[in-house]
Amino acid sequence: MSNDTLPATAPAQPTGPAKGKRPASLWSDAWYDLRRNPVFIIGAAMITLFIAVSAFPGLFDTVGVDSSTCDLAVARKGISPQHWFGTDNLGCDVYSRVIHGARVSIIVGIVSAAVTGVVGGALGLLAGFYGRWVDVLLSRVAEIFFAIPSILGALLILAVIGRDNAGITSVVFALALLAWPMILRIMRAAVITAKHQDYVMAARALGAGPGRIMLRHILPNAVAPVIVVSTINLGAFIAAEAALSFLGVGIQSPQISWGLMIADARNRFVEAPLPLLFPALFLSLTILSVVMLGDAVRDALDPKLR
Amino acid sequence: MGRYVLRRLLQAIPVLLGTTFLIFAIVYALPGDPLQALAGEKRVDPVFAAAMREQFHLNEPLIVRYGYYLRDIVSGDFGTTFRGLPVSTIFEGKFQVTLKLALTAVIFEGIIGIGLGLWAALRRGRWEDKAVLAVTLLMVSIPTLVSGFVLQLMLGVKLKLATGIDFFPVAGVQDGVRSYLLPGFVLAMVSIAYLTRLTRTSLMETLRADYVRTAIAKGMPRRRVLGRHALRNSLIPMVTYLGADLGTLMGGAVITETIFNLPGIGQQLFLSVYLRENPVVVGIVTVLVLIYIVANLVVDLLYAVLDPRIRYE
Amino acid sequence: MVTNPSIDTHPLSAEVGQEPLLAVDNLHVEFTTRQGVVRAVNGVSYTVHAGESLAVLGESGSGKSVTAQAIMGILDMPPARIPKGEIRFRGTDMLKLSDQARSQIRGQRIAMVFQDALSALNPVFTVGWQIGEMFRVHRGMSKRDAQKKAIELMERVRIPAARQRVNDYPHQFSGGMRQRIMIAMSIALDPEVLIADEPTTALDVTVQAQIMELLAELQRESNMGLILITHDLGVVADVADKIAVMYAGRIVEGAPVHDVYKNPAHPYSKGLLDSIPRVDQKGQELYAIKGLPPNLLDMPSGCAFHPRCPYRRDNCVTDVPPLYEISGTRGSACHYYREVLDGTLG
Repeated sequence: MSNDTLPATAPAQPTGPAKGKRPASLWSDAWYDLRRNPVFIIGAAMITLFIAVSAFPGLFDTVGVDSSTCDLAVARKGISPQHWFGTDNLGCDVYSRVIHGARVSIIVGIVSAAVTGVVGGALGLLAGFYGRWVDVLLSRVAEIFFAIPSILGALLILAVIGRDNAGITSVVFALALLAWPMILRIMRAAVITAKHQDYVMAARALGAGPGRIMLRHILPNAVAPVIVVSTINLGAFIAAEAALSFLGVGIQSPQISWGLMIADARNRFVEAPLPLLFPALFLSLTILSVVMLGDAVRDALDPKLR
Repeated sequence: MGRYVLRRLLQAIPVLLGTTFLIFAIVYALPGDPLQALAGEKRVDPVFAAAMREQFHLNEPLIVRYGYYLRDIVSGDFGTTFRGLPVSTIFEGKFQVTLKLALTAVIFEGIIGIGLGLWAALRRGRWEDKAVLAVTLLMVSIPTLVSGFVLQLMLGVKLKLATGIDFFPVAGVQDGVRSYLLPGFVLAMVSIAYLTRLTRTSLMETLRADYVRTAIAKGMPRRRVLGRHALRNSLIPMVTYLGADLGTLMGGAVITETIFNLPGIGQQLFLSVYLRENPVVVGIVTVLVLIYIVANLVVDLLYAVLDPRIRYE
Repeated sequence: MVTNPSIDTHPLSAEVGQEPLLAVDNLHVEFTTRQGVVRAVNGVSYTVHAGESLAVLGESGSGKSVTAQAIMGILDMPPARIPKGEIRFRGTDMLKLSDQARSQIRGQRIAMVFQDALSALNPVFTVGWQIGEMFRVHRGMSKRDAQKKAIELMERVRIPAARQRVNDYPHQFSGGMRQRIMIAMSIALDPEVLIADEPTTALDVTVQAQIMELLAELQRESNMGLILITHDLGVVADVADKIAVMYAGRIVEGAPVHDVYKNPAHPYSKGLLDSIPRVDQKGQELYAIKGLPPNLLDMPSGCAFHPRCPYRRDNCVTDVPPLYEISGTRGSACHYYREVLDGTLG
């Protein structure tokens, strides 16, 4: 419904028929909205760039991140033709390191969002579809995981796993382990709504099996809110990775992470802010692009939330 | 109301048990020797290890060990530091710091978040509304880690250099309330943006509700329609948000206290992680999670006060 | 020949005589939407006298509710706009009054009952608080006195055990009882005009009759003017004195209620009447008006009803019919109203 242009006091009728000019389905409608939304276009362009950078950092960097490129003699120097973003405490090129740092953020963000989306989504589908004890069991378990604030929980998990075993995998594990219940809840609610729709009743009456009903009839109609929240989560995961790496339990040197770069630059921050500010800027830009994407996708898929 | 409170309290018990078990399981069931995990970097002496195994009941089945762990929590024993002090002694003096920080953040959140949200909702679709949306978009994109350092540099260091006046102390708590202003704002920033957006959407939704139209039709003055009829209903989702947000604040406090060198629980947690003092990490996380659960219980009860439909369910 | 307020004269005008309590005169309301300007009301005129009941009939989107909201002054402006027309209350055009003066009328002298009481009552306040609010805000009464008044009103609309239930919340009442509370709230300050917007649509059939009866009774007691908005011809007959049938933002037929029932003068009202199930037609197929209500963004040319009209002639497609005067109390916006009346068309 494009009803949001009218207040509740306006007649419901007038806006309805005009809809006919546009494609009818939620997805094509959403795509139509998205293509025309500047927020989406800018966000998508930025995130595409960041993904390209993280996939092929060699195409974008200048001197690379090999330790041989660092020179203590030029530590904490400002912007120069050789070092676009200056150099850090060890005389390494900040620009190249920022370029190489994109990979961790992008991978942790996308993989964590995908894992929570798939696991939480699948469990939510089961809980919502089967109800009864399946629902009670899954919802209770989800509630327990939900009761642990994610940064605290991830900090605990990673502290226990230990720095020697820490890396992208353990960070994804720690973040996903505590984030799936949110997706479960959203999926469950959407499935319960979809389950009672007439077409699902009809499919059931026609003898369709539970698997077919779930995957063909319910899932396509319940997945929209999950996509919206997963996109928003993506940004939160990227921020969380940086925070955990900053706190020393996430990505470990010699791997490069923006959070880690911020931690390394911290002690000489006031005299040499550049090695901290550039990873900070790119971290924020990455999150911004994802948030813009999430905002646009939400507006397109769920006009009510606008 | 009484029945609701009772039911909600009973429901909290399995969550408390489950969550403590989860924390317990994380410590003992994750790969690696739990003793080593508890000992951190130190080499474990075999004789000491045997004694520790006995002391921590590591030879008993998991569930029995959980029983011991739970008994310790209930009796207020959250473990022992390397120096042999109970973890609970670490909290002394640090809770106040974190509490003051969180309180400052919540005040910022309430005033700015709700204020901006209301303003945007009332100017829906105009440039003011769009500006608020754009600003909040930027605010949610800047993680605490970034805003902390940037504001520390700009408002703390540079402003002091430029004016000679120390408007915002950037480290420690020597300056009383002023010490908390900048860290409090940093901690609150992302939440302010979310609360602004939530308030805006929520108020816009209630402003369209039939009962608001009824209130206008009753001839109620505009202020009353807004303040009593619409706002009262908008508060419901906002209160729910504050409960969940406490978790974000706890996580953010670790970063903020570390950046601004505030001697609170968060900084202690960071230091303990840094020093690999895992018993302290586990103890602090357990306490914070318990606080979080209890706070959300309170929020749920508040929710019932605000929404009679829940109360009489 | 073309008279605007042709249903101005009350069938019982000998008793009422003087100026109408409320007169809507050539009212236009439009909404600015993303898709274009929606003309929801296009020159509607009707009047209500004290003690008189007017039923405004029409499908959703016909403009009947928008007209009522314009009278109440609860349209959101923008997107709504009133480019033309007057709404006179006791001779004064309310559209020219200040907001301040307007809110003195709203709720106190002209009150409204909404369709769905569950959503129209505020879920977080007790019904007593919501009824009492009228007395506290408009009459400056104390909480205690307002509460007492609320109980009296709840008793007046016959809510059982009013004293015990005054502190209950809307969701704790049944649909019929909630609508009684809505009514109690609307009549709290003895309004001169009561607008009931589909007051029974959300209710069970048996409860519908009780609510209509209650409304009729309250009206008789207090000599209010009543505007009853509905899409259901069935509920109108017993309560209304006269009918205004609306289609696509216009009045297509206005007449004393019995005239319309006996012999409708517009193909649309005839269609509505024919689509009421009747016992004597059991077994026969029920009549239904063909087609869909018009798209207000893209109104048909000429008579808006022509695409659905079984009596359509060529000039219906090109000429907008005015409201033809049939008698002093009756009008029809159909070029061929004579033929419709005589049954010689189609």
